[in-house]
Amino acid sequence: MTLPAWSRRPGAVAIQAAVLLAVVVLVAMAAANAATNLGRLGINAGFGFLGRPTGFAISQSLIPYSETSTYLRALAVAALNTVVLALLSAALATPIGFAVGIGRRSSNGLVNALATGYVEVIRNVPLLLQLFFWYFAMLRPLPPPRQSLSLLGVGFLSVRGLALPWPQAEPGLGVVLIALLAGILLAILAAALLARRRVATGAAPPAWPPMLALVAGLPLLAAIVEGFPLRWELPHLSGFNFEGGVLVQPELVAMTLALAFYSAAYIAEIVRAGLDAVPRGQVEAARALGLRPRTVSARIVVPQSLRVILPPLGNEYLRLFRNTTLAPAIAYPDLTLIFAGTALNQTAQPFEVMVIVCAAYLAINLAASAAINAYNRHLARFAR
Amino acid sequence: MRNLFRSLMPALALAALLAATAQAGTLEDVKQRGKLVCGVAPNVAGFAFADDKGVIRGFDIEFCRALAAAVLGDPDKIELKPLQPRDAFAQIQNGAVDILTHRFTWTYTRDNGAGMRFLMVYIYDGQGFMVKKASGIKSATELNGASICIGQGTTTELNIADYFRAHNMKYQIVSFAELDEARRAYEAGRCDAWSNDRGSLAARGMQLAKREDHVILPETISKEPIGPVVRQGDQQWANVARWTFFSLITAEELGVTRENVDEMKAKSENPEVKRLLGVTDDLGQKNGLDNAWAYNAIKAVGNYGEIFDRYLGPKTPLGLERGVNRLWKDGGLLYSPPFR
Repeated sequence: MTLPAWSRRPGAVAIQAAVLLAVVVLVAMAAANAATNLGRLGINAGFGFLGRPTGFAISQSLIPYSETSTYLRALAVAALNTVVLALLSAALATPIGFAVGIGRRSSNGLVNALATGYVEVIRNVPLLLQLFFWYFAMLRPLPPPRQSLSLLGVGFLSVRGLALPWPQAEPGLGVVLIALLAGILLAILAAALLARRRVATGAAPPAWPPMLALVAGLPLLAAIVEGFPLRWELPHLSGFNFEGGVLVQPELVAMTLALAFYSAAYIAEIVRAGLDAVPRGQVEAARALGLRPRTVSARIVVPQSLRVILPPLGNEYLRLFRNTTLAPAIAYPDLTLIFAGTALNQTAQPFEVMVIVCAAYLAINLAASAAINAYNRHLARFAR
Repeated sequence: MRNLFRSLMPALALAALLAATAQAGTLEDVKQRGKLVCGVAPNVAGFAFADDKGVIRGFDIEFCRALAAAVLGDPDKIELKPLQPRDAFAQIQNGAVDILTHRFTWTYTRDNGAGMRFLMVYIYDGQGFMVKKASGIKSATELNGASICIGQGTTTELNIADYFRAHNMKYQIVSFAELDEARRAYEAGRCDAWSNDRGSLAARGMQLAKREDHVILPETISKEPIGPVVRQGDQQWANVARWTFFSLITAEELGVTRENVDEMKAKSENPEVKRLLGVTDDLGQKNGLDNAWAYNAIKAVGNYGEIFDRYLGPKTPLGLERGVNRLWKDGGLLYSPPFR
């Protein structure tokens, strides 16, 4: 039987308690002092403004928003914009980073030099400058909306962005979505059954035809029955700008490209380090056993290097997320621009606004961090 | 990183605010320090810009210099802090700067419940639009559906929202953290129009590659009374600054200039001139200043009209007309309470 901690080391516990108490007292004193000072300076305090209409517009919102919406909704719009930007950038940075990282180990001199050059140039130029580069390099050559480049008549590329068709739901879409969900569930079930059969009999027929039939076939069937309940709304030029469909704005594209290429340089180095961490002897041993190069990669090198790659890769994703705060420089309406910028100016309550913005970033980042850690733990279980 | 740091500035400044305890009067602080700290706009042609020797000069700066001359007797005893609009509030609230001789519009929200006090109006401006001549747009009412580039940190967003809603027009806002980026994006064709205070459009428009290809539309969609700001709760300091600036307007009204101020002080028989320049009465002492306070200010920077002509007027690259910024007796809005 173990004794409780305090009876084993009473001194250490007492010190910890004293430190905790000191921190609590200090925070309480600071809060009281702040309240007094704010009152003395005649500064409005409190979060009441969150329920008030903002009166300003936001150039990109994934949820309905207008000037009559509240600050709380503006916060949601801005946070979503930040998350979308981070996800898109991470999704693009990862494959580029892996390709460049593998290129860094290539025995082909040209590939190797290109990959090395990429990493060194991108890593050593400040991200803010790269943002401006992508943004203005993209704006200059693009034509004005009236002379926009037509993409087969359904999409239009101009200096205002990329106008694309957007699906509009019609009655019956729900049935198709349910069919899709059912298809995915059945496919998972089928995969499990196939795996069991393989273990029992050793027969390993290709798994993808039945899976594809379930995931794609079921919703397709439902769509035919319901008469394709989806209408594509085409963008058209009206006055100065495009209307209808969806407009991917140049700010989002430039931000995504800059962040993705920047993070990819770091991811490349992480990948290279991970690949280098697999002892050379293992590869040689595998080859000596007569395994094909593809099998050596897929079964020996990649699984082992992933264990080295993933923790710093998670770090890099978190860093990419924090780098999104440079968005105001090129007018991408993220949390920093809309909340730490416009909302702060309009409310003249910098303290509350900064607390909200910090809390929002912290919450999103902690959630991402938790997901990455969970995956790392999952992976660590297979580490032998 | 520069921007990241900037966005943290309000938080840092507020951390200082939380730690701050009761301060002595700003006037005493400034005298003891021997230096006046002014928050100014970062790089606006005509208003606050670095000249070819790297010295920050301009219309706004002259008001800082005038106040330093009135309080310390020397217009050069100043420290200028270029501040982005969003940082400026926190800096004045926590006492890191003594006064903002910036480009802030006097509005209700900023004057009430934000710990700040607007003193007077040193320039009456209004928000306008600049468009490319080739677009053929002649009036702001033709901007339905347009994309509009702006720099945030002012009242700009709300003015546009109100104007377009009132005229039942649609628009798309593209708001940049920095005013110069808004100009660059407009120039690159990202937007149909670029909006800011007319004074700023004129000032920043100087940096367009081909200024003659652009035109400022006739509509003024907002009232932008721009004036100096001090911290709330220091009545003496507010009075000192407000009356120093009024003295420059009164000087123009009375015909006192930088050149003739010595002569006027020695010879003028006009009782108001005598009171203003401290020959009779003790106006300065009532505010804890030398009686030559206004004399020092006028001697240093000249009267209001001289300052305007030097940095903004028709003979400068900006070429702004006095317009509503003329004296009341010439049909403008500038009006100083009497010195008696």
